[in-house]
Amino acid sequence: MFDLQWLLIAIPLASGALLLIWGKEADRFGHLIGTAASAASFLFGVVLFAALLGKDAEARSQSTSLFTWIDTGTFHVEMGFTFDQLSGLFVLLITGVGTLIHVYSIGYMEHDPRRRRFFAYLNIFVAAMVTLVLASDYLVLFLGWEGVGLASYLLIGFWQHKPSAAAAAKKAFVVNRVGDIGMALAIMLMFAQFGTSAIHAVNAAAPGAGDGVATALGLLLLLGACGKSAQVPLQSWLLDAMEGPTPVSALIHAATMVTAGVYLVVRSGGVFDSSEAARTAVMIVGLVTLLAGAWIGCAKDDIKKALAGSTMSQIGYMMLAAGLGPAGYPFAIFHLITHGFFKANMFLGAGSVMHGMNDDVDMRHYGALRKAMPITFATFALGYLAIIGFPGFSGFWSKDKIIETAFGENLWVGLGALLGAGVTAFYMTRLMMMTFFGDKRWKDDVHPHESPKVMTYPLIALGALSLLGGLLLVGDWIVEWLEPVVGEGEHHELAIPAIALTGIITLVAASGVALGYFTYGTKPIAAETPADSSVSVFTRAGRHELYGNQINDAVVVRPTTHLTRFLVWLDGKGIDGFVTGLADRLGETSQFLRKPQTGFVRSYALTMFGGVAILVLCLLAVTLA
Amino acid sequence: MNEYITLSLILFTIGAVGVLVRRNAIVVFMCIELMLNATNLAFVSFSRQHGNLDGQVAAFFVMVVAAAEVVVGLSIIVSIYRTRRSTSVDDASLLKS
Repeated sequence: MFDLQWLLIAIPLASGALLLIWGKEADRFGHLIGTAASAASFLFGVVLFAALLGKDAEARSQSTSLFTWIDTGTFHVEMGFTFDQLSGLFVLLITGVGTLIHVYSIGYMEHDPRRRRFFAYLNIFVAAMVTLVLASDYLVLFLGWEGVGLASYLLIGFWQHKPSAAAAAKKAFVVNRVGDIGMALAIMLMFAQFGTSAIHAVNAAAPGAGDGVATALGLLLLLGACGKSAQVPLQSWLLDAMEGPTPVSALIHAATMVTAGVYLVVRSGGVFDSSEAARTAVMIVGLVTLLAGAWIGCAKDDIKKALAGSTMSQIGYMMLAAGLGPAGYPFAIFHLITHGFFKANMFLGAGSVMHGMNDDVDMRHYGALRKAMPITFATFALGYLAIIGFPGFSGFWSKDKIIETAFGENLWVGLGALLGAGVTAFYMTRLMMMTFFGDKRWKDDVHPHESPKVMTYPLIALGALSLLGGLLLVGDWIVEWLEPVVGEGEHHELAIPAIALTGIITLVAASGVALGYFTYGTKPIAAETPADSSVSVFTRAGRHELYGNQINDAVVVRPTTHLTRFLVWLDGKGIDGFVTGLADRLGETSQFLRKPQTGFVRSYALTMFGGVAILVLCLLAVTLA
Repeated sequence: MNEYITLSLILFTIGAVGVLVRRNAIVVFMCIELMLNATNLAFVSFSRQHGNLDGQVAAFFVMVVAAAEVVVGLSIIVSIYRTRRSTSVDDASLLKS
């Protein structure tokens, strides 16, 4: 049965192709085909996962090869897929959350004339993402990696008539290219060092390859992961990517694609375990991004951008956990899954709010929406409680485990993660207060209303998952489940009992909530964004995304522009000038030499006569002298 | 002896000037013959002066070449005249354009 795992990819891919090729007749039912394809992929994934559950732990890695992709000399690449404990979880997350978002999009995109195309892109995304996680060779993984990049580009720029959306799509694509260079170089290095790019073989060979190779490989993979997962320093594209339709932000830029970097690091555990330096780099990148994202999330008034900052921050948590080695891998994946649930839930909730508010994204124009949109409010609240780590909710378990492991690694890393938890609680409370509580600050022509059932049912499902996602940790199930793939982590003894640390984390989160409530819940909020000059320097920096774009501009864009201009000048004036100048001089000389050629015999005769006379004179001069 | 050489010089100069200034192809041709014969005169004069036959042999060669040249040259002139109704050398400037 596992030989058929390629169907997980083929079904949505075929549906996507069909929707793109089929003409206008498919407009009426294209979205149903797309949703059905995603659901079929999900059901098949459930069947495979159930079959995996029934097997012994050693037999749970099921590989199959479709065909030999490349076979030249010593380089051999199979179009191979592996359904194991890790990729199985991912398949369920991608197709499950993906299907819910497909259903939601039916309602959200109802009035869009290009809805069929939207579903085609969504299906292509699902196919590419499943390829990415099933791949058993880094080159096949790269195929999915670029596929999700393409789908992301197409969907961010889906409303291409808006120049800002087109620019955001381009930006995401270009920034991702930087990360992809890291991926491409990593694959080349694998081939040069190990003669293979099969994931299993590379990770088995990495410990014996020497520290330098493992570190280089780890850092290159980390560069790729940074690009895809919007980690510092390649974070700048994610906030702009919010130009895409909201279901896209939920599926691609919150739940699945941006977590591909975390998947890559966990999948390449053999490489990162062999290099302390690369592992530490992952941890630092995660920690920095976690704080930077939270900072940005505190300052944005655009609900989607606030959520995007939060996504950055949560992926920072996952990266941090992945940087803690085998002890952190299961919790990185655990948080990835719970985050997939509650962040998709909140993004879809934000989409539902926008749907009722005439697509306004400014939270300062919201307020008191809990009565107008009770279902959206209730489900959003479930996601909110999950992300701040309210005891019992999914985010509570996953974040708690990450912070606990971080404290086991290093006190300061743990404190950074703890601070992040407090800030998370603060900005999410701010978002809740500005959107659902307080006074009405609606524009005159806005009449908020609850979204149709096709949109609220996915919200309810995701809200339930946000609440119950923590069940994966019952009896350490996910740790034991993933152990054959990621290895067994050593357990650090903490200075204080784990339950006390949990209490501290909850206390920090509670103080973040309290701060958010007293800042935004008790006082009226201005209906317009205060000017930059009237807010603190921290808010200003957060609003400008910590000046990431300006730094990119100054460090990369402008020097490159100047270099290009100089090279163009050098090429035009220098090289072209020399070549065309030479040709011009030759032409002028020829024109000058043409003049004596009159065509008259007598002038030629005179020239000849003159020449002979000069020769004779020379002869005479030589002889007489 | 000097008189022969002087005469030869005068004849050659007349021939050279004629080639350069006259337009009629026949006259140009005659002037070329004049130059050839001026050199012939110089050859035989020097031959006589030095008392060997080298110059006379050279003069015979010149005469033979001149006879052949006349045949080719005159036939070219005649065919040009037939096609263009003109014997002016300035009219035969087609190579220029």
